[in-house]
Amino acid sequence: MTALTADEWQALLLSLRVGLIAVAGSLPFALGLAWLLSRHRFPGRILLESLLFLPLILPPVVTGYALLALFGRHGPLGELLAQFGIVVAFRWTGAVIAAAVMGFPLLVLSVRAAFDGVDRRLETAAQTLGAGAWRRFATITLPLSLRGIAVGCVLAFARAFGEFGATISFVSNIPGQTRTLPIAIYELLNSPGGMPGVQRLAIVALVVALLASAAATFIAGGMPWRRRDHA
Amino acid sequence: MLELNLRHRLGELELDLDLRSQARTLALFGHSGAGKTSVLNAIAGLLAPQSGRIVLDDRVLLDTSAGIDLPVAQRRLGYVFQDGRLFPHMSVRKNLLYGAREQGIRPREFDSIVGLLALDPLLERRPPSLSGGERQRVAIGRALLADPRALLLDEPLSGLHAEARAQVLDHLRTLKRELQVFTVLVSHHADEVAALADEVVQIREGRVLAQLPAAEFASRASTVAQSMS
Repeated sequence: MTALTADEWQALLLSLRVGLIAVAGSLPFALGLAWLLSRHRFPGRILLESLLFLPLILPPVVTGYALLALFGRHGPLGELLAQFGIVVAFRWTGAVIAAAVMGFPLLVLSVRAAFDGVDRRLETAAQTLGAGAWRRFATITLPLSLRGIAVGCVLAFARAFGEFGATISFVSNIPGQTRTLPIAIYELLNSPGGMPGVQRLAIVALVVALLASAAATFIAGGMPWRRRDHA
Repeated sequence: MLELNLRHRLGELELDLDLRSQARTLALFGHSGAGKTSVLNAIAGLLAPQSGRIVLDDRVLLDTSAGIDLPVAQRRLGYVFQDGRLFPHMSVRKNLLYGAREQGIRPREFDSIVGLLALDPLLERRPPSLSGGERQRVAIGRALLADPRALLLDEPLSGLHAEARAQVLDHLRTLKRELQVFTVLVSHHADEVAALADEVVQIREGRVLAQLPAAEFASRASTVAQSMS
């Protein structure tokens, strides 16, 4: 097995960049939405949850097409962004949006489960000690939900890192710009003599997945009140 | 001074209470399900009664007819829950300082409360490693360090074994002697009430059955306890 070629390195680094930025960019929205779904009852809640699950249920190619219709040159959001000189279709930033959309439901589901698991009585205790809503969230709910949030980030990153269908429909397959690792594997599969490259990239994907999973386990296990003190 | 007037339906229980008390430590005494904790929750703002008025030392916490309902965080009442509710991810020190941070407590006051409750050896430990009695002492300290206008104690000795119960009771007696904090104690143990309260309000099925000085309550404790069982 030889080392990665320059193109393969490029695809790997692009996938890592896309995955990390997609998760980091969508995390604040996921925290907000998960909080809303976990702590509040409001009209339209079922509709909101149904929309949230759409990227999980729809064929990824359809999601990619929808993103193209929205963010393309003649799409409503694409036209709006173009006024500020921002173009995302067929750019790596578009790959980030596709990855974020596909990983978002997994992130929200994990974070929401983590929020649901926090003992609400502790939040009430903080309230009686004078803590307002934001302080209760920042000092009680958020730290006690870190495990679920970390797991959600890993799941969303894994989904983003492996994203193929929505990405190729939305931003195509442009070397150095939108050719992520899965798209590079697909390209190599369809190229004569590409099998060694496929194998190299498949091993790389496996290593990244294992590292991400180990990181989540380490973060969860490293929380001091989980690690000890259960006398 | 506490002035309390409450009307509220909670499932089968209908709260319908009127009471006034000048006592420094007022006990709400009654069997489980009588509505004692609901009264405490209404004072703290954790339960919104259908109608009522709660005034503590001339400060109106609730007056449904006037549309006044102070938010929980603004009532400044130190609530010690039956189960302690310490924050498991924070050290004892951070738990103690949680409410203190809001009120800007001085180090001397911190040391004083830590000393009164003998919390010094526990400061760097985390709640899951504490015994039941230690947890309740920390919960009491945390509530006091928030500089409350009143202390609300919900069955603070419940679930503790005899030795821990005696220790926490001793600490509560010391606090009563050393600090001038208006306290409402909820309990269904006549001995706790007799040991700590200045005045006792007996509650049965959401209504005030009797209001009597603690000395009188203590002298009739055995009879009262029998009538409650």
